[in-house]
Amino acid sequence: MLWDRLQFAFTVTYHYLFPQLTMGLSFLIVIMKWKYLRTNGDMWNRAARFWARIFAINFAVGVVTGIPLEFQFGTNWAAFSNYAGGVIGQTLAMEGVFAFFLESSFIGAFVFGEKKLGRRGHFAAALGVFIGSWLSGYFIIATNAFMQHPVGYAVGPGGDLQLSSFWQFVVNPWAIWEYLHNMCASVITAATVVAAVGALWQLNHKHEEEAHLFLKVGVIAALVASVLQIFPTGDQNGKLVADYQPTALAALEGVFASTPRAPLAIIGQPDVNKGTLENPVVVPGVLSFLAYGTFNATVQGLTAFPKNQWPDNISLLYYSYHIMVGLGTLILALMAVSTILLWTKRLYKTRPVLWMLMLAFPFPYIATTAGWLTTELGRQPWIVYGLLRTSAASSPMLNTGDVVFTTIGFLGLYFVIGVIFLYLVGREIARGPAPAEGRS
Amino acid sequence: MHALWYTLLALMLVVYVVLDGFDFGTGIIFRYVAKSDEERRQILSAIGPVWDGNEVWLIAAGGTLFFAFPRAYAAGFSGFYMPLIILLWLLVLRGLAIELRSHEPYRLWHDFWDTTLQFASILTAIILGAAFANLIRGVPLRTSGYFAVPLFTNLLTHPYIGILDYYTIIAGAFCLVVLALHGALFLVWKTDGAVRERSIHAARRMWWVVIALEIITYALTAVVQPDFLASLTVRVWPLILVLAALAAFFYIPVSLKGSNDLVPFIGSVVFIVGMLTAAAGALFPVLITSTINPSYSLTAYNASAGSHGLNVGIVWWPIGIALATGYFVFVYRSMSGKRSAGKIDEYSYK
Repeated sequence: MLWDRLQFAFTVTYHYLFPQLTMGLSFLIVIMKWKYLRTNGDMWNRAARFWARIFAINFAVGVVTGIPLEFQFGTNWAAFSNYAGGVIGQTLAMEGVFAFFLESSFIGAFVFGEKKLGRRGHFAAALGVFIGSWLSGYFIIATNAFMQHPVGYAVGPGGDLQLSSFWQFVVNPWAIWEYLHNMCASVITAATVVAAVGALWQLNHKHEEEAHLFLKVGVIAALVASVLQIFPTGDQNGKLVADYQPTALAALEGVFASTPRAPLAIIGQPDVNKGTLENPVVVPGVLSFLAYGTFNATVQGLTAFPKNQWPDNISLLYYSYHIMVGLGTLILALMAVSTILLWTKRLYKTRPVLWMLMLAFPFPYIATTAGWLTTELGRQPWIVYGLLRTSAASSPMLNTGDVVFTTIGFLGLYFVIGVIFLYLVGREIARGPAPAEGRS
Repeated sequence: MHALWYTLLALMLVVYVVLDGFDFGTGIIFRYVAKSDEERRQILSAIGPVWDGNEVWLIAAGGTLFFAFPRAYAAGFSGFYMPLIILLWLLVLRGLAIELRSHEPYRLWHDFWDTTLQFASILTAIILGAAFANLIRGVPLRTSGYFAVPLFTNLLTHPYIGILDYYTIIAGAFCLVVLALHGALFLVWKTDGAVRERSIHAARRMWWVVIALEIITYALTAVVQPDFLASLTVRVWPLILVLAALAAFFYIPVSLKGSNDLVPFIGSVVFIVGMLTAAAGALFPVLITSTINPSYSLTAYNASAGSHGLNVGIVWWPIGIALATGYFVFVYRSMSGKRSAGKIDEYSYK
């Protein structure tokens, strides 16, 4: 069980480092290609071409590390698959049929077909990749949303779950807000990376024309997405957690005893055994307001619930959530400052801010990972919230030794892939925008 | 409805084997038919734009199995744990080999990925064949709906079986040569020059090995699982499909002498489709055969999802597959014609 969880946590977290850039970058590339189509500015096309090269490497690693996930539900979580497959099998199958065929068909045309397809055709190919990857995101989030907040199901004669309302399941309110929150995060990741490369070149006085464009696109896109990330998407996600997963809310905010006018903890270290938050730095009443829209609302603490319903790793959940919010706020502040400097035409000369933009690119990756940890740890001890416990979900006859073996295998393989990926992307960034057409 | 989903699932898997099969096939003979860097790039430019889309048929079939027959998905994937995870690793390596090779100009970099591609393609083909043979031979599926078998035991088919025994290994070897032939014929169609010549040569030789292993595999099936062969010949449709497949297979060497390079590949496609659909027809309605007690077997009827789910699926599935077919027609048309060595056009891997 423990190894099944570790293995899935590792493979899915590692995998998601890549699609978050794929999805955000495909959106930014569509914008660049669109600007090229409308303004005929060759600069936009050169920018799109450079990012297409990074995109291709990133996409390849995303694809190959994604294949195992579709199968790991069955290999390691057979009892869960058996129980919930009649419902979540729908969205997983639809992802393959509607999203992956689209994405995989157009990626080749997009990466290699610029000359052959012409301007409009190439824009269409970029659009196809964008739609495919964003659709794929929705189907996966809808699957996850069912695990967080099951709707549209009925219990079948064998005790397993069956679909009772397709639309209720697919337009689960949890899915919609989780999706929007996730996609904003994905745009932030891509925009921050674009801005970081721009900052690197600008600081080096290399490819300055491209650097300016990257900074402009990256900073503005990251600012807009960061605002949307907090309001309305983050806010709505928080309210859903407050309504449907009160134990998660209490744990991620470090609330042990039920409190009216509950304060929001900015910093503090939870002590699960004593049931207290050490060294708290708090803002009074704000948690009640954020969760329920009024300062006077009572937030239920963990002690209001039986211990067997508490999330099983409260400290990690608490810190994940605080890291996500902390880094998200930091990115928002950095992008706001950068946008003001851009507006007043000082950004390209303000080296300290360029340094910060260049060094900030890991933050959205960390924040996104922490956000997913918050989502998944907050759902515990359930795998399907309120219906099936994680402890009852793994494959009944699987030998733990086999799972340890394959976990070690995944660690080794993915480590090598990571090294190769960083090397290749580093090379592309060092090489800069290619003057010639196509790949060199 | 259950029979329909069984059929659609079988068709998706057949399409997967036909399409990704030629990717594996070209990988299996990669270093043999393409000697120089230019020739290897020639092959990669023939499969580069399509391999990912081809592989999606496996993902989509896996998803369809999950949604239509969740009990079979759960039992099969957890029971075939080790070979499945190894297969996933091989698919990871194969994808990386195709995609990353072109990113560096160094000889050693190319050699590394070329060898990786060939190694992963060979092992993948063997595992796919062995996995299918496991479905025919049966596994110790319990009344709980689960089973667990190690990768191998003493390589015999009883009493304590592993995924790999003499029967499934032979079947894996059969799959290996069938896909190698398939890949060679794909290259006859899609390339010219030295690669095409060597592919014709490889195909002619491989054709004889396929016959030899086919006879052995069938003879062993008669020993290991006589019921399967019986239903293959008693039911009318499977028998017709087998005969069609064999006719196409024997036409392959004839067509290789002809002027149309597409015909031998079509022959191989008909052969693979005929054999696999016949096998699926003979297995129907069983998804996973239990060696403990036939009544424990998971079938299209006792492993399926609820009827509402299946009915909803029958609305969106055809729409999705129609769209996918449209994309495939677009992609294959946009890369029509032969790839030539040394003439790296727009649509190619450098």
